[in-house]
Order: sequence, then structure tokens, then C-alpha cells
Amino acid sequence: MRKIECDVAVIGAGPAGLAAAARARERGAGRVLLMDRDRELGGILNQCIHNGFGLQLLSREMSGPEYAEYFINEAKKADVETMLNTMVLSIGADRRIHAINQYEGLMEIQPKAIVLAMGARERNRGGVVIPGARPAGVFTAGAAQRYINMEGYMPGRRVVVLGSGDIGLIMARRMTWEGAKVEAVLEILPFPSGLTRNIVQCLEDQGIPLYLGHTVIKIHGNERVEGVTVAKVGSDFRPIAGTEWDIQCDTLLLSVGLIPENELTLDAGGQLDPVTNGPVVDDEMCTSIPGVFACGNVVHIHDLVDNVTREAWAAGEGAARFVAGQQPSGHVIPTAAGEGIRYVVPQKVHAENLATRDVRLSMRVKAPAEWVRVEAVLGGEVVFSKAERVVRPAEMVSLTIPKGRVAPELIERVVSAVDGGADDDAAKLVVRIAKRESSSEGGIRA
Amino acid sequence: MSTETRELTCIVCPVGCRLRAVLEDGQVVSVEGNTCKRGAQYALDELCAPKRTVTTTVRVVGGFLPLVPVRTAAPVPKERIAEVLEAARQVCLEAPVESGQIVIADVAGTGVDLIASRSMPVAASGQH
Amino acid sequence: MTAYEHNADVVVIGAGVVGNAIARELARYDVSVVLLEREADVAWGTTKANTALVHAGYDAEPGTNKARFNVTGNAMYPRICAELGVQFQNTGSLVVATSPDQVDHLRELLERGRANGVPGLEIIGRERIVELEPNISPEAIAALWAPTAGITGPWELAIAYAENAVENGVKLMLSSPVTAIDVEGGRAVRVHTPGASIAARFVVNAAGLFADEVARMVGQTDFEIVPRKGEYYLLDKRAGHLARRPLFPVPTAHSKGIVVTPTVDGNLLVGPNSYIVDSKADLDTTGCGLDEVLAGAGRLVPGIPVRDNITNFAGLRATASPGNDFVIGPAPGVPNFINAAGIQSPGLTAAPAIALEIVRLLGEAGLALAPKADFNPIRPRPARFAEMTDDERAEAAACDPRWGHIVCRCESVTEGEIVEALHRSVPCTTVDGVKFRTRAGSGRCQGGFCGPRVVAIISRELGIPADEVTKKGGASRILVGPSKQGNWQCEYGECGECSGPGASGARGRGEEAGAHA
Repeated sequence: MRKIECDVAVIGAGPAGLAAAARARERGAGRVLLMDRDRELGGILNQCIHNGFGLQLLSREMSGPEYAEYFINEAKKADVETMLNTMVLSIGADRRIHAINQYEGLMEIQPKAIVLAMGARERNRGGVVIPGARPAGVFTAGAAQRYINMEGYMPGRRVVVLGSGDIGLIMARRMTWEGAKVEAVLEILPFPSGLTRNIVQCLEDQGIPLYLGHTVIKIHGNERVEGVTVAKVGSDFRPIAGTEWDIQCDTLLLSVGLIPENELTLDAGGQLDPVTNGPVVDDEMCTSIPGVFACGNVVHIHDLVDNVTREAWAAGEGAARFVAGQQPSGHVIPTAAGEGIRYVVPQKVHAENLATRDVRLSMRVKAPAEWVRVEAVLGGEVVFSKAERVVRPAEMVSLTIPKGRVAPELIERVVSAVDGGADDDAAKLVVRIAKRESSSEGGIRA
Repeated sequence: MSTETRELTCIVCPVGCRLRAVLEDGQVVSVEGNTCKRGAQYALDELCAPKRTVTTTVRVVGGFLPLVPVRTAAPVPKERIAEVLEAARQVCLEAPVESGQIVIADVAGTGVDLIASRSMPVAASGQH
Repeated sequence: MTAYEHNADVVVIGAGVVGNAIARELARYDVSVVLLEREADVAWGTTKANTALVHAGYDAEPGTNKARFNVTGNAMYPRICAELGVQFQNTGSLVVATSPDQVDHLRELLERGRANGVPGLEIIGRERIVELEPNISPEAIAALWAPTAGITGPWELAIAYAENAVENGVKLMLSSPVTAIDVEGGRAVRVHTPGASIAARFVVNAAGLFADEVARMVGQTDFEIVPRKGEYYLLDKRAGHLARRPLFPVPTAHSKGIVVTPTVDGNLLVGPNSYIVDSKADLDTTGCGLDEVLAGAGRLVPGIPVRDNITNFAGLRATASPGNDFVIGPAPGVPNFINAAGIQSPGLTAAPAIALEIVRLLGEAGLALAPKADFNPIRPRPARFAEMTDDERAEAAACDPRWGHIVCRCESVTEGEIVEALHRSVPCTTVDGVKFRTRAGSGRCQGGFCGPRVVAIISRELGIPADEVTKKGGASRILVGPSKQGNWQCEYGECGECSGPGASGARGRGEEAGAHA
């Protein structure tokens, strides 16, 4: 069996893995090995041929493959070594990796640090329990996207999309542009899951009806899909009797959410956050296993790739610091989702970093809200806040606490509360949503 | 004089204001519902000359994949999208293709080029 | 078109687990056997959608066929599965009582089981139950412990039986529904399918749900097959630990009740409910049925994690009416037409024993049973990457690079396994066929990632255009055609080899594009 040693092994060469690998090299890591099970670098971006990538980070509007290519080139410039068609089978003690591919066979890789960047998988029919027959023609939106954009085949001609996530909306337009008829998009929630821009350009432009508060209650057809029965749902998300009707179609696309792919994380003994379904991480993106970092959709589901890249830079830098023995020592302060917040990543921050670095917090809100303030509350004191005109569950909110913003005495007080075993807000960094009155303020209040 | 009211959703920022615009003889005379100036401009553009970036694929021979993704280098008039898509359907490239390479200059007479939005290397023989 | 003409000593109708077991048992002897199946693959009827249990045999009334063949079939499992390379785990099972009157019922089951000859039965108290099953309901007060029960892979067994039968000379004809049987002078003499007509000395009816229709072709009308549906949840391996063995509630008149059980592959299987449906094609799951299943399961193991659901499915039990028992034996007045019909639960357990009985009955009816000297009872278990040690994996990948290429990541299935499955003695031509043989697409992503890869491999290996590859035969095409005259790139093959029929060039679209490198 071939044995390989390296400083950092990055698992998954999508946007997260690419940026983490390049950043680890740039921050001084020696040999960085980037592995992916697919036959080329770039991950799912390669099938996302629509535009809208890179606006925030690169101030350019790119397609998914263009965004991928930009970071593939960055990784190449940084002398990242890549290994394609390679499946990581397990992560054992001491971060020892077993991987396999058709060229080298089974390999044992011993890195000093690991970055997990396996991304996510799509929730499928079983995950949402759609009754009915089990014919061909039920696809996750991403699988259909791959067939159409990369493999050159049409998965169907008459389509119903369940779920108004961005991939589903993008695919509704894509299939229309390839000559299919998209009969309807159904969303069980009372509000769309995807970006407004996609509702407008992918549905309204194409004249595709969006039914909010509706779902598919039955799939028809024993061999190929012949139609679906749809119904309105009540506030308990159960179908309301008497509201059902049938739509004829040969294809049902599912865009009903993504699930972080953490089988390897669990295998390695990493702790998961039950809300994000991703590993618990600190502000350097280190998981509960020392030297094992994580970034991107494996940690929590992102809506913008630009934020994945930012998070990956933190993970790459963290891994390089770990290899160099520079990781912060000592105290960590747990973060917590307060009023109006569903989750916050990272789940803990190093007290030392809070004093010496910018600390970026990413979160999702529970429900849409307007005229709010996103507040970071350390030990009961608001240490930083940001006004937002509107926040929505579909769009990740971030808050960066600037370096030097938090008084050292406060950090010390919270650290002692943590040390003393306190589990209340006195020992936490809480993020919460507060209503604000006026519409005059905007931007970041220092 | 014909007056008509049109409703649309602003996509300039995540707020997604519902805009109501009044048109007289096809000209926008007022916009309501916007909460910033950019919203009014969006309504003007969207109602007078809506434009979209078109992203699709074209065939490629001898490439790593059978298709290469393409996009218009700039937004094109919305009513020309179908022609752009049809023009893309008629093209077949030969690998290799470079990202940014012009696939169709002045596609469908829009004055905008259709460009490749990724590189497509030649398919390797044997192991990829 | 002239129908294909064939002669056989025995025509077996139906390639489910029962028909395949019979065919394989017949293959021991110097007789020619044709095995007919209406579907595009074996095991696609009741065999592929049941609870995958090897029952101990305490349920059926003493003296019934069910009781007899259950107990004898159960005893045959360890050896049959060892010979055929099929998973069988002798886990034992528990029937769990949650009230004093249910405990009385356990005693009845115990007595019935003893009368049926089931070894080792005993009633155990809560303490032992909790020891055996830490996640059992707090309501559980006593249970019937049946140490001979177990779990198996139903389609694995049926495929293995069919492969071993074919390797020993049985002729299998798929996609061959029986349309008519000629009867002359009180004997079934010829079996017709849309593409063939087979002259037969004996006919065995193992047609599952359709056994009544086949029996009517020889004039037998004394039983009817009533389809009784059962719906299931199949949960992620993460939930597999919630039950260590099949857990039954106390049974009702019609059903053994909603079971919570691990599968041999490590998933958790929950179901089935039980109700009669009108159509033998009705395999729909229903919202209220699935709710019923979940509620039932929750009474045995509280807090079944629905979020770990992988898929739902429904199966149809072939219930014989009247009588409810297995219909084993010749049709009245047609002594060479032998039924193995009405095989509902515990049919999977009983199948090996039913096969022996059918062969005995054929002998009685005049079939000469001279043992075949070269019969090979062994069908080795196909290698599975997921089951290999590291050393075996290293060696497999070193010998054949395709064993180093993982296609289905959820279940760690390699290209090597898929290619192997496509070229075994029983033809496999569909995505579901690959799934049943290799588990590619059976995992938590349900083929989301590997689906396109599996389609490409089937296309390449069998020379079928990618957009004609089906999920399960017939009209179940996965893809409906090319997008903008695109072609399917053969992504794995060495160049030159894939300009065969699998490459799109053969279909005349994008001629030059057919050559991929």
C-alpha cells in the first residue's frame, strides 16, 4: 500500500476545498494534497452554468465553472497537489486517511492537518416522504442539472418542480431553455426558499407558476412518471383535504434542501451540531478533533459561493497555523443562537482571537424580518451590531466583530464564567435579532 | 393616451420590494413601492428595456465533456433570448476551448458576444 | 414473427424466490428446465418488497402448509445461504407484549410454536428484553423469544438461486409473461409467451400474485390471489442500531403486525401495514398508510427518526383465497401442472422447503429424477468492496483498476463490482438490477450522485444508448433524449472501445462526436 505524508490533506475539491488548499499553502503549509472523488476539480460548480457567482468576492459576475476555474488557477499557482477520482474511505486515529483510486490503488495518507470540504448531498424523495408509485423520472434538481449541463441528456420534457430552493428555480429555467415545459414549482412553505432574483428571472420571466404553501402528495406512473397530485398544506404542513388536483408530467424535480455530507466526520469521531448537521467548529474552522478543520457546505449550507470561499480561507489558514504550531491556546467561548436566530457558525471562538483578530460569525434567521439589528452579545453586553433592512431564512447573515472591538476585561470576565462552569449568557457569545424603530439608520454602526 | 399599471419585484437587493409602475403610452411616468432610488431605476430599465444574461451550453467535439457552457458577455434584450438560445443550438465547437473564447460574435445581432464560460480540454486517451 | 420454439421437461412460471428455488432444486437432476419471468429481471415481484425475515414458525396454525414449510424452511437457511453466498443472520426474534392480555396471547403463540416443532421458544420478562433490545418501548412487559429466527437478503437469495440454477443448466427467459397454456388430454402440454412457445412435460406455477390467472389457463378456478399491500420505511444505517433483531407486536388475525427490524445491510426497516387492494399493479405508498406504519413502529421502538428515512416502498402479498394457506400441489384434473401458489409470509422462509416439496410432487407425478453428476451447488458470494479488508481492497484495486474506482460512495460500490454484476449468468440490464446486485444507489443519496455514472456504465457494458437505459425495464427510461444533440461521452473506457453501440455515434447523432478522444 502506498504511503503518503503531507502537511495538509484537503478532502473535496469544490469551492471550499480549492480555496482552503490554496490558502493553506499561502500561509506556509508545505505539501498540500487536494483530493476529490470526481474526475475534475471544481465540484458541483462545474454543473452550475448559470451566472451570479463571484459578485461579492471578486466583483465580477461569473458562471459556476468560471468561478471554479479562477480558484483552480489559484490552487495551481500555490502549488497545491491534486488527486482526482480518489475516494477517501476513512479517517482514523492520528488523522490517518485511507483513500483509493484506480491509478494508485489503496493509499494511506498521513497529514499533519486535514480540511474537510466534502460539501453536501441533496435531500431526496425519502427525505421528504412523498407517497405514490416509484417510477423513473423523479430526480433531485442537481442530478438533472448534471445530466443536462454536463452529460448532454434531457431527464424529461414535462416537469414539475417541488421546492423553491435556488437549484430548483435555476433548473426550471434551464429545462425551459432546453425545450422542456415546466408546469409548476411548488413550495410547502408560505414563502420562497430561493433568492428573489431567481424567482423573478427563472420563474416570472418564463411564465412558470409558483404555488406557495403547496406540496406533492402522490406520484403517478409505474414505469415512468405520468403525473403528480398536488395539494395545499395547512400551517402544520399537512395536505388540506379537498384542495388536491393533478398535474400531468413525465418528470418530478426535487429541490428540497441540502444535507451536509458528514459520514467521514462522524467516522473520524467529530461532533456534529444537530441544527446545522455539520461539525461543531471554532472560529478557525477547527472541528472537535484537533487538527481536523472543515469549511463550506459540509459545515452548514450556504446560499452564496462567495461565503464558502471566505470560510475556506479561514479553514486553510487555521490548518496552516496548526501545522506551524501557532494555533491559539487556552480558552474558548461558546457561541449561541439567540432571539430570531436558527444557528450560528462557528459554535465557539477562541478568546485570544476575539482580542487579536476579526471574528466572522455566520448565521441564519428563523423567519423573514424587516428593520432589524443583528447583535453580538458577549457576557450579556452588546459588543457589536449591524443594521439590516431585511433578513430572510434563504439568505445567510454574517457579522464580523472587528479586531480590538471587545474590551479585554469583558473577555476575561466571560472566560472566567466559562471556566466556572456557567452555562448562561454570561458565559456565551450570543447572536440575536432585535427590532429597530427608524428606517434612517443603515450600514454598519461602529 | 393609454395608461397602464405594471407590478414587478425589485431584484436589486435582497429586500425584494413590490414595485408598481404607471406607464403612459409605454413610458414610465411613476414608480411606487420602492424604498431606495435604485429600485426606481430598476423599474425604468425593466419596463423599458429589460435585459438578461443568457447562460446555456453548446456542443463540443473531442472534449473532456460533450458540452461546453457558454454565456452572453453582457446582458441582452430579454425578447432576444430565444434567438440566442437557438443560435447556441446550431453551434458545434472543437476541443480544446478556452474560457472566455468567443463562441458566436454578435450573437443573434444583439451586439453582444456569446463566450465560453469554462475551458474544455481535449479528452485524454486512456486515463483521464 | 415465428415464436421461439423450445422443449422442456419442466417449465417453471415465475422467477421470484419460490420459482428460482424450485428451478435450482430441479437443476440437481437430469431434467431440462425453462424458467419464465414476466419482468425484465428476477425477484421483482413480492420477493423484492417484503420484510426480509426468516421466521421461526410459531404463527401458523399447526397442520397448515405454512406451519410445515416455515419450520422446515427455517432449518434449511444456514446451509442454503452458505452454499449460495447469501447473507443470513440468525438474530432470533421477539414478539413484544405491552399489556397482560397480550401476554396471554404470547402463551398461545408459544404453544402453537411448540406444536409446529419450533425449537427454543420461551417467554422472557422485561429485564431480558431490555438487555436484548435497549431501545424497546417502556411499555414492553414480556416477549416471546424465538432463537431460530433471522434476517436475510430476499432478492440476494432469489438472484443467487437463479444464477446457480442457470449455471447448472436451467434456461431463464426474462420479459416473458405467460399468455396461454395448452391443455391436451388432461395435461398441460405447451406454454406460450409473446415471444416463445415451449412444449412442456410438466408445468410449475410459481407466478406469485398472478398464480390464479396462470392456474385458470389450465382450467383451475378453485383459488384466487388477493393482493394485500404492505408499506415500509427504510431508514439510514445511522438508525440501524435501534433494533438488533426483528421486533414484532402481538399479531392480529391478518398480519404479524408492523415490525421494526435491522436489515442484513445494516439499515432499519419498518413495516408493513396490511390491507387488501384492488389491483395487482398497485404498489403506491399512501400518506395515511405510511403514518400508520410509523405509529405502529413507535409502539415498539419510540422515536423512530423519520429524518433518517431513505426510501418508502410497498409490496403486495399474494394471499390465496379461500383458505389463506399456501396452495401446494397439482391442479385438479391436470396432474402435471403443480402449484406453488398463495405464497405470502412466511413464504421467503418456506421457499427452500417448498422447492423440495414441489420436486417431490413432480417425481410423484412421473418426472424421472436422476441426479446430475456435475451439479454444482456452490454459487460463491460476489465480491463486494464494502465487505473487504484493507489488504483485500489493495489487492483488488491492484489487479483491476476498476476496483479502485468507487462509483456509489454511500455504499462504497466500485466500478469493478458493477461491471461484474452486468456480466453474470442471469442478465442484468437495468439501473434497479444493478442496485439489487451491488447496492449502488441503495444508500442515503439514493443514486443522486452515482445514477449518471451507473447509467453510463450500463450503456458502455451492454451497448445500449444511454437514453435507452431503463430503471426497471419497459417504459421506465431514465432519460428522454439528448439535450441539443449532445452526445454521451464514454468516460471510463479506453479509447476506441467505446465507439461500439454504447457510444452515441451508433445512433447517428453527432457522428464525429461519437469518438470520445
